[in-house]
Amino acid sequence: MKFAVIVFPGSNCDIDLYEALKTVCHADVEYVSHKKTSLAGFDAVMVPGGFSYGDYLRCGAIARFANIMPALIEFAKAGKPVFGTCNGFQILTEAGLLPGALKQNDSLKFVCKTVALEVNNQTLFTSEYKDGEIIQLPIAHADGSYYADEDTLAKLEANNQVVFRYHDENPNGSLNNIAGIVNEQGNVLGMMPHPERAVEALLGNEDGLRLFKSILKHGQQTEAVVNG
Amino acid sequence: MVEVRIYVTYKQSVFDPQGETITDAIHALGHDEVQTVKVGKFFDVTIDASKKDVDQAVKEISEQLLVNFNLETYRYQVMEEA
Repeated sequence: MKFAVIVFPGSNCDIDLYEALKTVCHADVEYVSHKKTSLAGFDAVMVPGGFSYGDYLRCGAIARFANIMPALIEFAKAGKPVFGTCNGFQILTEAGLLPGALKQNDSLKFVCKTVALEVNNQTLFTSEYKDGEIIQLPIAHADGSYYADEDTLAKLEANNQVVFRYHDENPNGSLNNIAGIVNEQGNVLGMMPHPERAVEALLGNEDGLRLFKSILKHGQQTEAVVNG
Repeated sequence: MVEVRIYVTYKQSVFDPQGETITDAIHALGHDEVQTVKVGKFFDVTIDASKKDVDQAVKEISEQLLVNFNLETYRYQVMEEA
């Protein structure tokens, strides 16, 4: 299974994602510049956190016009795994691959801390967790308050598309305590927390590791089906 | 050339945390008469009206780029025609 880590101008969690996959998971992974126009040969795409295009206009709004985006949208529509964390989540909503939007934190502050999250394990990204498990992951954002209109929220809940929910406290004012969602097909995940920063016990937390293990397991299953 | 100012604000239904905080600060100044403050942004856009209908141009760039309709809405006014 081959992973692409997209690099936009202003991405700053691309190396964390790359190393989580390469060094910790021993997976096949490559950086892909925003200037490229193809994702041929890749089985999963990771959209990193950071401040793409300086957060100009709205977080993630300008990344939609990058050369790589038509290929990313096509990749997602083909049902292949696409993962976005933090600014990556903002980019996926701005590109219309996920419903809703991320607005400024209710506190108006940049929040950088570890938070408790409740996991829904019914997705290809979270199958290695127990359903309803409470995990700890770092967050670091100023614009992470998930917002969607009532109909969209009701649909997300009815379809079980909320994958991560803030558990003890809501750090940003997101509706329904939402920290991460998948699209209706379940192959595109966006989340504000940073699992790639929590993949080694040596660094104090490995609760994020099973997210990458889940994607790898999905990849193996997909390959097994393809190879009969 | 036509200069247009496009205002982008949160929809009524969306909580505006900056507006709320500024309202509190204004009350701290003693201005109890102030009921609400809404924060938004504006874009001054100069358009060559000989190339495209101004209203149509504003509609397209607002709806396709300047506004995120999940959260925001917009209005505009023509500032100057020369």
